[in-house]
Amino acid sequence: YYNYPVLHLPQLTPLSFIFPSLCRNEALKGLFEGAQAPKPLKTGTTIAGVVFKDGVVLGADTRATSSEVVADKMCAKIHYIAPNIYCCGAGTAADTEKTTELLSSNLTIFSLNSGRNPRIIMAVNILQDMLYRYHGQIGANLILGGVDCTGNHLYSVGPYGSVNQVPYLAMGSGDLAALGILEDGFKPDLELERAKELVRGAIHAGIMSDLGSGNNIDICVITRQGVDYIRPYQESEYKENRKMKYKYRPGTTPVLTEKVVPLKLEVVQESVQRMDTA
Amino acid sequence: MEKHCVDSEVKGVSTGTTILAAIFDGGVVIGSDSRASIGGEYVSSRTINKVIQVHDRIFCCMAGSLADAQAVTKAAKFHLSFHSVQMESPPLVIAAASVLKELCYKNKEELQAGFITAGWDKKKGPQVYVVSLGGMVVSQPFTIGGSGSTYIYGYVDAKYKPNMSRDECLQFATNALALAMGRDNVSGGVAHLAVITEKGVEHVVVPGNKLPKFHDE
Repeated sequence: YYNYPVLHLPQLTPLSFIFPSLCRNEALKGLFEGAQAPKPLKTGTTIAGVVFKDGVVLGADTRATSSEVVADKMCAKIHYIAPNIYCCGAGTAADTEKTTELLSSNLTIFSLNSGRNPRIIMAVNILQDMLYRYHGQIGANLILGGVDCTGNHLYSVGPYGSVNQVPYLAMGSGDLAALGILEDGFKPDLELERAKELVRGAIHAGIMSDLGSGNNIDICVITRQGVDYIRPYQESEYKENRKMKYKYRPGTTPVLTEKVVPLKLEVVQESVQRMDTA
Repeated sequence: MEKHCVDSEVKGVSTGTTILAAIFDGGVVIGSDSRASIGGEYVSSRTINKVIQVHDRIFCCMAGSLADAQAVTKAAKFHLSFHSVQMESPPLVIAAASVLKELCYKNKEELQAGFITAGWDKKKGPQVYVVSLGGMVVSQPFTIGGSGSTYIYGYVDAKYKPNMSRDECLQFATNALALAMGRDNVSGGVAHLAVITEKGVEHVVVPGNKLPKFHDE
């Protein structure tokens, strides 16, 4: 019998999420006595991608912020999806991480079942379906790039499920600064070094002009031949040199007096248990 | 990207657009601009494609929330393809309009997307259907939609003639789009047009600088 076309949309309750953490956070709010509930970790990011002659170059900064504090100075924003597909994520850190992991495992299963290499358009479709189903509640702004049998592709996927194929792209809080560099320097069919330099420049502009982006720059080059994940491509000049070793040899601190007190121990109970050794 | 949002009623990327379709002698022209914006302030894409092919001779123009419109046209494409396999013949344009209407009407609380469907079929020849936000379907010889359409109602009402030639109709559509893009801030970019006839489909893209100029300084 003919099924009328129906879009299966989830029933949204006033709380919207069915994640148990939200109920917990609501309950915790009362306990905080006016103070703010814990905020989700946002990446406050600059990510960019460029299609060049032989493939795709993706770039990202490495700062993850939690309000005004830098929570992670070396966070990896370029996620592995498939051997020929990588994804940069901006927005809520947990959402981008889990969404890309889910996508990656689904594509691996598909590859094993069908015996085919995954295509970027398939990854894009899966992401679009999933994000649309959640109506923007999953805060993931993603840049998908890769090389497959149909060519070199770069796609942007928004949190509401909108998709766009583009030759160059920047997303995140530093996107406007990065886009300026990309708009100025992009040409179709760039050479590899020029493309890497363009993406580096775009991320650098984002880092300089946006407070939410900073630290190092990661670059990922995907071509037919393989993937070159350069982490970090450029390190921040503002690096502290921590020794990370805090062991001091005996005698570093001068000993002024020494008193040895032997501890008197008395045996309270003694029991012997035979071990079964076959 | 909250800084770009949230005053507009459409959440996320909106197509905030100008779309139109018009019947000429032997076919139909369907066209749109190519701008996608967020919150009416930030142009998130200058080259978005709003003219989607849902079957060999049937095209759809989307307006409203980009995510909703893309999801609906994907579902519609699937249903039309399935329908055409079951019927063993290409679907009628009214079938495409009905599929879109069914999706828009049944989910009217959650969706914010409107469409213009245009195409050619063997039974009735060239047709244009408008599927509005709430799911109303109306068949018209020509139609305009989107936020930019308000600026060109006068123009299209005055200039449309039934049974135009292909080139006259193409010029009419290009002029209308150019006028709307010139006045509406959320329409712009290039003009995407598709000419659908019994023989096939022809895509025409007019870049921004090649659009007809009307007393522009």
